Amino acid sequence: MIGDISQYKGIWVFLEHRNGHVREPSLQLISKAKELADKRGVYLAGVLLHYGNESLIDEVIGYPLNKIYVVEHPKLKNYSPELYAEALAQLINIYKPEAVFFAATKNGRELGGRLHSIIETGLAADCTDFQVLPDGNIDMIRPAFGHTILAHILCKKHRPQMASARPGVFEIPQNISGHKAEIIKVNLDLDKFNPRAKMIEFIPKKEESDIPLPDKAKIVVSGGYGLGKPENFKLIEDLAKLLNAGMGASRKVVDLGWIPKDRQVGQTGKTVRPKLYIAVGISGAVQHLAGMQQSSIIVAINKDPEARIFKAADYGIVGDAVEIVSEMIQQFNQLKIKRSS
Amino acid sequence: MLRVIVCIKEVPRADQLEIDPKTGTLKRAGVESDINPPDLNALEMALQLKEKYGGEIIVVTMGPPFFRKSLEKAIGMGADRAILLTDRRMAGADTAATAYTLSEAMQRISEEFGKYDLIFFGEETTDSSTGHIGPGVAGHLNLPQITYVSSIELKDNKVIAKRVVEDGYEIWESTLPAVITVNFGSNIPRQPTITGLLKAKRANVILEWNADYLKLDITKIGLAGSPTIVSKIDNVILPKRKNIILTGNTKDNVKQLIDYLIKDGVIEIDS
Repeated sequence: MIGDISQYKGIWVFLEHRNGHVREPSLQLISKAKELADKRGVYLAGVLLHYGNESLIDEVIGYPLNKIYVVEHPKLKNYSPELYAEALAQLINIYKPEAVFFAATKNGRELGGRLHSIIETGLAADCTDFQVLPDGNIDMIRPAFGHTILAHILCKKHRPQMASARPGVFEIPQNISGHKAEIIKVNLDLDKFNPRAKMIEFIPKKEESDIPLPDKAKIVVSGGYGLGKPENFKLIEDLAKLLNAGMGASRKVVDLGWIPKDRQVGQTGKTVRPKLYIAVGISGAVQHLAGMQQSSIIVAINKDPEARIFKAADYGIVGDAVEIVSEMIQQFNQLKIKRSS
Repeated sequence: MLRVIVCIKEVPRADQLEIDPKTGTLKRAGVESDINPPDLNALEMALQLKEKYGGEIIVVTMGPPFFRKSLEKAIGMGADRAILLTDRRMAGADTAATAYTLSEAMQRISEEFGKYDLIFFGEETTDSSTGHIGPGVAGHLNLPQITYVSSIELKDNKVIAKRVVEDGYEIWESTLPAVITVNFGSNIPRQPTITGLLKAKRANVILEWNADYLKLDITKIGLAGSPTIVSKIDNVILPKRKNIILTGNTKDNVKQLIDYLIKDGVIEIDS
């Protein structure tokens, strides 16, 4: 909000929880936020909204937080963007932090998005880095245009500065033995707020395959439309199993319904950064490259020698995808591949 | 009567974006633009609701006059009317200024055309990928929100929506009016029809509103009214690739490839 921004002090991390546990992306944020708070010479606080879930405090108390603001209220029993945004807006108005960070999970993004319009400040989405500038403002850095550019975002005249941070970019900090953050229990008046949107059921995802998702493995084998038909994905699965790899897919085959959306690699899917990425039958649209171009080694297999994927690859084989992958499976089978890889 | 407002944005076509191989930077010049793909899913979901329950669909976009082309396409797909929010003073808006501008437009739409039941957005745009506009508008208008929705139905004056999250699905229920953001790829958007496209040429199907008409607080719009600014842009220089392309005999090529991968240490072999 516009006004005297000098009253705003301290850095907050919103501690998102799900199924009774604080989520890892929130914990990861603590390490970066700690670095920023130290550079600014201000306190670092975690913010926990809950009801009847005291054990959440124990989960975070050993991390390098100076304070934990805890709001416990029956209305906060179930996550609701309406109520959680209201509670955070009230907290921010009372304690005036200079920066508030969220994990860029689905809930973190929708909550931050709602909150920033209520308290009239800025919000940078899905950041991958933060730096303190000499003038004390925080440089919030995020990829855009399919990860081809990095935008540096500043929020100089409004407070708090707010951002969400991409999961998996920062490491969860070490627990400090004997460390105890100061617990500040805050009573907020939420009685008159009744959320109009409510979750009435949760359906956990069924694991359809024991092959890891593409963002969960050090090697990724991805398939695209060049495989010709959905049945040929069996070969991609076989190769992935053999290499202890995750399996990914291009947008086109996901759109066609061959492969579930959670395996899509690319601008509108997952970003991966494995040590080895094998793209099979993928032509290499910028939208796909955006999601995998940070891989250490890229292998492309495609029958079109002009395919754009070859320009982004370390090694390429031109030819029929099915034939080449079958041959790879055969040759890898004859080698003893270390499972650790 | 059910009234659904669908907010769309025109974005550069991702399939036409290319990286300059020499500089490793994005080539943006001459790239065509089109409706943001997740917004097409939002529009399709709205059109299916209209087919089931009747009603009216109003499409809104904010941008320069040439964004009219996207509104014509939306009318061609079956939307009833469209509004282009266009004003130089709105240019360069961040998510906060955009959400403010759109929420004021929602108020104006309800004054002119009657109250709305649902406001739809795509989950995010492919150029800036924030996902903040839908929740931001919901916050401004103090409306309930359900995000990342893959399917929807109406029952007893409530909306019931399936929400896609990291570890599964959630079923949410909300009173109307509500803001919904639609998960990318949750349906297959229809193509515009010739008769639909002709309708877009009729008078008053597409309206243009500026900041004065919307009675906007000009300190809250455009670049000047945005809390955040982009202070600089760094091009992401892509790692240099070896570009060793093998053609010819498959067996030999695969052997050669595996040798390279072992030598690079990305495949480890127990000897």
